[in-house]
Amino acid sequence: MFDLRDLYQQVIVDHNKRPRNFGKLTEFNHDADGYNPLCGDKLHIYLQVSDAGVIENVSFEGEGCAISVASASLMTDALKGKTMQQCEEMFGQFQHMATSDLAEAPDEEVLGKLTVLAGVREFPSRIKCATLCWHTLHAALKDSAEPAKTE
Amino acid sequence: MFDIEKIRAEFPILSQQIHGRPLAYLDNAATTQKPQSVIDAVRRYYEEDNANVHRGVHALSERATAAYEGARKTVGGFFNTRSVREVVFTRGTTEAINLVASSWGRANIKAGDEILITHMEHHSNIVPWQMLCEQTGAILKVVPINQAGELLMDEFDALLTERTKLVGVVHMSNALGTVNPVADIVRRAHAAGAKVLIDGAQAAAHLPVDVQALDCDFYVTSAHKMYGPTGIGVLIGRESLLREMPPYQGGGDMIRMVTFEKTEYNDLPYKFEAGTPHIAGAIGFGKALEFIRGIGFDAIEKREKELLAYATAKAADFDGLTPIGTAEDKACVLSFVLKGIHPHDLGTILDREGVAIRAGHHCAMPVMQFYKVPATARASFSVYNSEAEVDALFAALTRAQEIFG
Ligand SMILES: Cc1ncc(COP(=O)(O)O)c(C=O)c1O
Repeated sequence: MFDLRDLYQQVIVDHNKRPRNFGKLTEFNHDADGYNPLCGDKLHIYLQVSDAGVIENVSFEGEGCAISVASASLMTDALKGKTMQQCEEMFGQFQHMATSDLAEAPDEEVLGKLTVLAGVREFPSRIKCATLCWHTLHAALKDSAEPAKTE
Repeated sequence: MFDIEKIRAEFPILSQQIHGRPLAYLDNAATTQKPQSVIDAVRRYYEEDNANVHRGVHALSERATAAYEGARKTVGGFFNTRSVREVVFTRGTTEAINLVASSWGRANIKAGDEILITHMEHHSNIVPWQMLCEQTGAILKVVPINQAGELLMDEFDALLTERTKLVGVVHMSNALGTVNPVADIVRRAHAAGAKVLIDGAQAAAHLPVDVQALDCDFYVTSAHKMYGPTGIGVLIGRESLLREMPPYQGGGDMIRMVTFEKTEYNDLPYKFEAGTPHIAGAIGFGKALEFIRGIGFDAIEKREKELLAYATAKAADFDGLTPIGTAEDKACVLSFVLKGIHPHDLGTILDREGVAIRAGHHCAMPVMQFYKVPATARASFSVYNSEAEVDALFAALTRAQEIFG
């Protein structure tokens, strides 16, 4: 049977307890709000993107469940030094992983550490917790004035 | 004699396993489960009596009409209305409040008038009044609460003025469990010349409600929180007020005579029941009230107090648990936060242990804002819940703490 530990892996518990890249960047040129109306989770993402389109720095603030905090923490770690195009690819792969069939192995090469979040697909009501930060990232890259929503 | 095993046996849904564990259904404030008698009544209606009401002369229509109107009588009796003309079927509490805000509100509220609600209202007793205020220029005022989750009655008195046209108050809070002193509120409001609407969505399954004794102007509730079907509820209104109110929706059933020049509206309560109603739902609602009456509120209150006391004592001993809502007078709700674990995560972990609770803002975001929490976990009890289920809840909370170690 599917175990809770598959969702709440130690890495996730750790990132929830000690989120990386938490707080506001002193220098940033993109940012956006994200909101999950279902559970009230709120995120804010700050980005410093170079002229060449490389993410030099990224951070987040907000409150939410362990899945959404850990996902944002892991995402920000993974994004540093990536180009916008690589971000898009990761987003696509991440979304695919979060909603795909259990039998399908996630793309480790693109996703790296982010694959610890694969467990959410067994918990349909929690998928949006994991993807909120990615939607918010998307909004930040586009400098959307509207908060990103999972609904 | 209160026989919990016998009561549980009446609810077929309760005997199942969830993720390999016995289901502990502790989300009764969201909706209660349905006894076999209600399920059978709805089924029997569709199998034997289904027809439209109030319009056929054939046998089935007469039977359907008799059953539907019979349910209205049962509802009237249950809440001790003066007559069945005061019993308006709606889709539920939400629609009933919208009906009053829209029909009574637009006829009686003008710019500068005040609507007084409380800080612990469900969104359904906030938003319709905000909409009315926006349309009319009236002002929404809010009675504050204390840390225990009780209304500050001195503040209520101070906010209640000759400008107050209506007081909207929840009888029992779904987020906190607080039972408000509604009879007292009605007395004070009437003395100030205001009408009172009581949101009985939570209370009606747990406390006896006598609308004449309460002397309220409007009492609203939903069948699905009282062991009945979803999609049906009731607005109980004082007849003299309902008579003066304009219709809410127009259509069939609510008219007596239609020409293109003029329409004559039907008598009460039909004036407010446009269109084909939820006939099966009303019949199921009636059956659900019979189920409650079969146990009796003396036994229900005694049992539910016992269970809440049992759960509250366990909660007090539980490391890291902070209860939200500790009113002196409360019922059936244990809302809480657990240190270091978001309620949403608790919801998922508890579910895997077979324990169904609600995690979130409970459609009462201002309550969350007051306690400065994004959400709470809420276990809510009903007459069929057992001490074993409360034990399962706390065992699952311990499991959550292990996972979050
Ligand atoms: C106190 C209170 N008021 C109103 C409602 C709304 O009831 P319904 O959704 O059945 O219209 C609820 C249901 O959650 C409630 O608990």
